[in-house]
Amino acid sequence: MKIIVLLKRVPDTEAKILINQEGDGIREDGVKFIINTYDEYGIEEGLRLKEKLGGDSKVTVVCAGPEESTEVIRTALAMGADDAVHICDPALTKPNPFTIAEVLAKAISEEGFDIIFCGKQGIDDDMAQTQSILAEKLDIPQVNNATVFELADDLSKVLLNRRIEGGDEKVETSLPVIISCEKGLNDPRYASLPGIMKAKKKEIRGKNLADLGFNEVPSSGKSRILKWLPMPKGGECKMVEAEETVDTVKELARLLREEAKVV
Amino acid sequence: MGKDVLVFGEIRNGELKKVVKELVAAAAIITGETGGAIDAVLVGAGAEKEAPGISGFGLRKIAVVDDDAVTDYSSEGYAAVLASLVGEEGYGYVLMGATSMGRDLGPRAAAKVDGVMFSDCVEVRIDGGALVARRPVYSGKLFVELTPEGDGPVFISIRPNNIAPAGESGGSSEIAARPSGVDRAAIRAIVSEIVPLAGGRPDVTEADVIVSGGRAMKEEANFRMLEKLADLFGGAVGASRAAVDAGYAEQPIQVGQTGKVVNPKLYIACGISGAIQHLAGMRTSKVIVAINKDASAPIFEKAHYGIVGDLFEIVPILTEEIEKMLQ
Repeated sequence: MKIIVLLKRVPDTEAKILINQEGDGIREDGVKFIINTYDEYGIEEGLRLKEKLGGDSKVTVVCAGPEESTEVIRTALAMGADDAVHICDPALTKPNPFTIAEVLAKAISEEGFDIIFCGKQGIDDDMAQTQSILAEKLDIPQVNNATVFELADDLSKVLLNRRIEGGDEKVETSLPVIISCEKGLNDPRYASLPGIMKAKKKEIRGKNLADLGFNEVPSSGKSRILKWLPMPKGGECKMVEAEETVDTVKELARLLREEAKVV
Repeated sequence: MGKDVLVFGEIRNGELKKVVKELVAAAAIITGETGGAIDAVLVGAGAEKEAPGISGFGLRKIAVVDDDAVTDYSSEGYAAVLASLVGEEGYGYVLMGATSMGRDLGPRAAAKVDGVMFSDCVEVRIDGGALVARRPVYSGKLFVELTPEGDGPVFISIRPNNIAPAGESGGSSEIAARPSGVDRAAIRAIVSEIVPLAGGRPDVTEADVIVSGGRAMKEEANFRMLEKLADLFGGAVGASRAAVDAGYAEQPIQVGQTGKVVNPKLYIACGISGAIQHLAGMRTSKVIVAINKDASAPIFEKAHYGIVGDLFEIVPILTEEIEKMLQ
């Protein structure tokens, strides 16, 4: 089975995100970059599937991103992925999800695929669009926010749970399919030392737009960011205090009712 | 590009979602400038029953689509319905809730009609004739304002609880049934069943009140105390990542950058220190109350009301006081 895992390089969740001086993006200096948190569940699920099926099953990581993405690709290879495609082109510095989906669709079609895993969203742009646009472009079904994944014994279909408000939808789908992963699907493994050594010898196939047959940046779904805005300041915190705890709490309850009007 | 707006009237469990009236209000912000009309489409089981409930809310017409192929939700089937409506009627804008359905459906439908998609917006307006949408990035650590380029239809998903819902404006809307035009056999991903979360509590993304616990909750059983307080409001119980990682709470109620992003009227943080990832997930809550032993905890920088003290002492008293108030 040919398993594709999509990967994105994003700022660490602990990073303080600030607008850059030009006002057209974020300050990257001092920011640690990591594998998109949700993509880790995709890598893990891809590896588990390969281990279960054995034979000539293969996990290929596909990443569109700047040169520095090589580092997170190596991490995925160290976790156990077999090889990788790195789509890197100066024309793709600030791509929208439609552009990325079109470029990914081309690269993935060239690789061949049965199942595509990815994170349910990038923890930077928070759009959660690329996977669904990609599904439409590849004309395959999508299952977003998967919390359970199971391949039928005859390999003909996939059974999944997908997280919705207040519960899970049980979904059955045919292959090929793209599955975006939600936290809770699995516990991603760490890269082992032998894994890190092996990863150095694994192939990363670099591709630019021309290699993928594009004469120019795909222009569908175009939009422009007009403005970056800082996070609004938090309200002044009114500290509620009294001699006795019970009076403090009574005062809080009163404030919530009379001032904040939420009770 | 068309100037009319299509509102996707999401139906879950046979009922129209609360967010739909908020979408109608957002649509009116757009048509107030463009002079276009607002229509709605309700798809699936319950569509016919629910359509009259939004008639007279400023909608020109409401399409009711409920046949075999779309009785249950599927991104493929529902995206096809939206695409055919946009194709026939030339809508310039399609609005939907930033719900699990809207977020699944929107990008696929937008891709079908060569449109553009703005996800999870908290504000829309028309500026100089162009649509401008504001949305959080990095889980609310920053915001961006976007405008579409090109002339494809603009799909916008709007985060619930951000825009005051539309009220009745008199008159009535034309309600007409419409075939889905979808072949059920062609849908590959089929939902067989919906399994409610254990406990059957309200979801953190939908609740008006959330009582959340952090690592200081010490053990899973102590969350019952938060449930008791939440129940007074018909609210939800949330948890920080620390509490989930420690095994005190289940992941579906995790609030934060790698959990749910929430936006309730009242957020009560109990024993949550306020790591940057957690603040990212709850900072847009209208009123934030922090209860923490540590007076220097970062949560107090984002809270509106704070008590420094032991949550195990404070929460039961607060529950009792609020219970008295509500009687």
